[in-house]
Amino acid sequence: MTERRSVAIHVPVLARVEGEGALDLRIEQGDIAELRLRIFEPPRFFEKFLEGRHYTEIPDMVARICGICPVAYQVTAAQALEDLFGVELDPWARVMRRVFYCGEWIQSHSLHIHLLAAPDFFGCGNAIELARIAPDEVRRGLRIQGLGNELMDLFGARSVHPVGVRIGGFHGAPSLARILDMRDKLRAALPEAEALIRWAAAIPVPQDDQVFVSVATRHPADYAIERGDIGASDGLRIGAEAFDAHFIERHEPYSTALFSTYHQQPYLVGPLARLNLNHEYLPGAIRALLADIGLVLPSRNLFHSLLARAVEIWLALYEALRLLDGYRVPDSPWVPATPRAGVAIGCTEAPRGLLWHRYEMDDAGCVINARIVPPTSQNQGRIEEDLRLSLLNFGLDHPDDALRLHCEKVIRNYDPCISCATHFLRLNVARA
Amino acid sequence: MSQQTVHPGKPRVAVHKFSSCDGCQLSFLNLGEALLTLAERIDLVHFAEAGPLDPDTGVDVAFVEGSVSTPEDLERIQHIRAHSGLLIAIGACATSGGIQGLRNQAKGAEWVAQIYSHPEAIASLEHSTPISCHVKVDFELWGCPVSGPQILAVINALLLGVTPRDNTDKVCTECKRQGYPCVMVTHGIACMGPVTRAGCGALCPSLGRDCYGCYGPAENANTDALAIQFGHLGLTPAAIVRRFQSINSQAPVFLAAADKLRAG
Ligand code: SF4
Ligand code: SF4
Repeated sequence: MTERRSVAIHVPVLARVEGEGALDLRIEQGDIAELRLRIFEPPRFFEKFLEGRHYTEIPDMVARICGICPVAYQVTAAQALEDLFGVELDPWARVMRRVFYCGEWIQSHSLHIHLLAAPDFFGCGNAIELARIAPDEVRRGLRIQGLGNELMDLFGARSVHPVGVRIGGFHGAPSLARILDMRDKLRAALPEAEALIRWAAAIPVPQDDQVFVSVATRHPADYAIERGDIGASDGLRIGAEAFDAHFIERHEPYSTALFSTYHQQPYLVGPLARLNLNHEYLPGAIRALLADIGLVLPSRNLFHSLLARAVEIWLALYEALRLLDGYRVPDSPWVPATPRAGVAIGCTEAPRGLLWHRYEMDDAGCVINARIVPPTSQNQGRIEEDLRLSLLNFGLDHPDDALRLHCEKVIRNYDPCISCATHFLRLNVARA
Repeated sequence: MSQQTVHPGKPRVAVHKFSSCDGCQLSFLNLGEALLTLAERIDLVHFAEAGPLDPDTGVDVAFVEGSVSTPEDLERIQHIRAHSGLLIAIGACATSGGIQGLRNQAKGAEWVAQIYSHPEAIASLEHSTPISCHVKVDFELWGCPVSGPQILAVINALLLGVTPRDNTDKVCTECKRQGYPCVMVTHGIACMGPVTRAGCGALCPSLGRDCYGCYGPAENANTDALAIQFGHLGLTPAAIVRRFQSINSQAPVFLAAADKLRAG
């Protein structure tokens, strides 16, 4: 037990994360000598091949960065460009962008909870095994995921790389009949989401409080999803255009994802960061539920991430239902746009956290250069820091397999989408 | 880790990822209830995103998402081919090189140097290439992404022991079948439908917009005629090139159409 082992763990392929990554861990004299999360998703050079493309092509191209959160990429790009071009969206389109985005949160969060994260906490290797011991819960999760997909289909005709967003609004508007049908389904799903929250809250998780800065989009009117400024838990509040003054991206040679820091330190983005900063914007019904299950916010325990996703599923269902009340088909789902030279900047809350885009445009409406900062590269530094603290808290003397499982759980709390940064954990543990 | 239960009689299936956005694998994960039924009918040996990890055991069918774009990929695809009965390439990345194939027209190394401060650490091939460039592919499903029904149709065909089929017709035929008004005729929008492979159900025209070719080239696609028509609609030659150089830029038919325009 007290033997001072030197161990190297190499987790070769991390299952149930999106993309490819590996973890190298070297333990010497009972302490962590080296810990590196390596992301080696092959670079796909989006920022480079956007150069020279016309603004009308951008939503369809940036969607391909990530199959799980294409809406985030499309909406962020469209809004940055609309802002630069001085396009004032029809109120219908502004509201429906949020509804469309809610669909992606519901889909992505439910997929993550049930297919990717929950199996760990029930000692299952995957969701198929989990479905044998918790069939009703997994089926419920798949139904909720399916409903998120349907919500995206309404506005985008499909849920992976939907085709409905255009600069100035949407290409088409769903009929009233389809919306009424959707409202019935959303109403029926809310109690299911409440049951999901109670189920998630009952999963025992490690007590692992850590100190970190949460960063998320904030908006004075609501729980920020598709619009807002950037806020941090230390009080920072800035416009999206000031991102570069506070956040820096750098490249570590062992990874193909860039690392971001906030005032030289790692920081957290994603569902828990959002709840920490924006919980007072949650509707009363859900705050009462959270009080009832005993979730105190802000939370310093990243193991609350699964529960945070469940809460955001409820919120997204609630918001979609609310915003589709009194739906009318607009005269036109889009307004025309005229390109203008300049710099287009925008940010929104992708399911995994803050997503920031910047495009320098010429007067013909073509991209001169582009920069995209996805959530996973922002969380990468935080994941490494968390792994270090969490492993010390857990105890380094555990056998390699236990260390590996613990590391995987920690990493999955962040739902890293390694395609956007980059999917798998290779854990190399070296003990000396 | 590779302690998989072996179910005699169930086909062993693997899903592999190369350079991609994971969107085609999602066609499995978005199957809902059908996913659980499917999991009882097949033995899912390797599917990293869903959990099972065992890239080394032989399988009856391997689905491959993504394009080959790193030196390591070159070896991995050979390994997969050697351990798989049927190999099925799914999606634009795997069948044409995907959107990242746009780098093939550029200087990949320069791009690496412009994005990464340690370019030497980035292992990336000059070109992003489809799976069929490297190994024999038994069946291709086009689309960015492939749809759930396409995947289920292939698996059902295989379970029945019949050869899977895919629609090689044009998006135009799907528009006509669904009764959507032609966006090119009625609104003068430069639509890729006349040269794009069917399969999606004409999603873009259903919203009144142009098809942008995400299912790749149809059989007997007349790209010359379409380029001329785009010219009549007022597109500049550069804009027409961009139409062919998007999600499936390296599909031979689209590449040839673009090269012809570039040569003027
Ligand atoms: S073909 Fe399209 S959807 Fe499929 S993996 Fe490639 S980019 Fe993603
Ligand atoms: S209409 Fe064209 S671009 Fe749109 S989904 Fe179908 S094949 Fe893809």
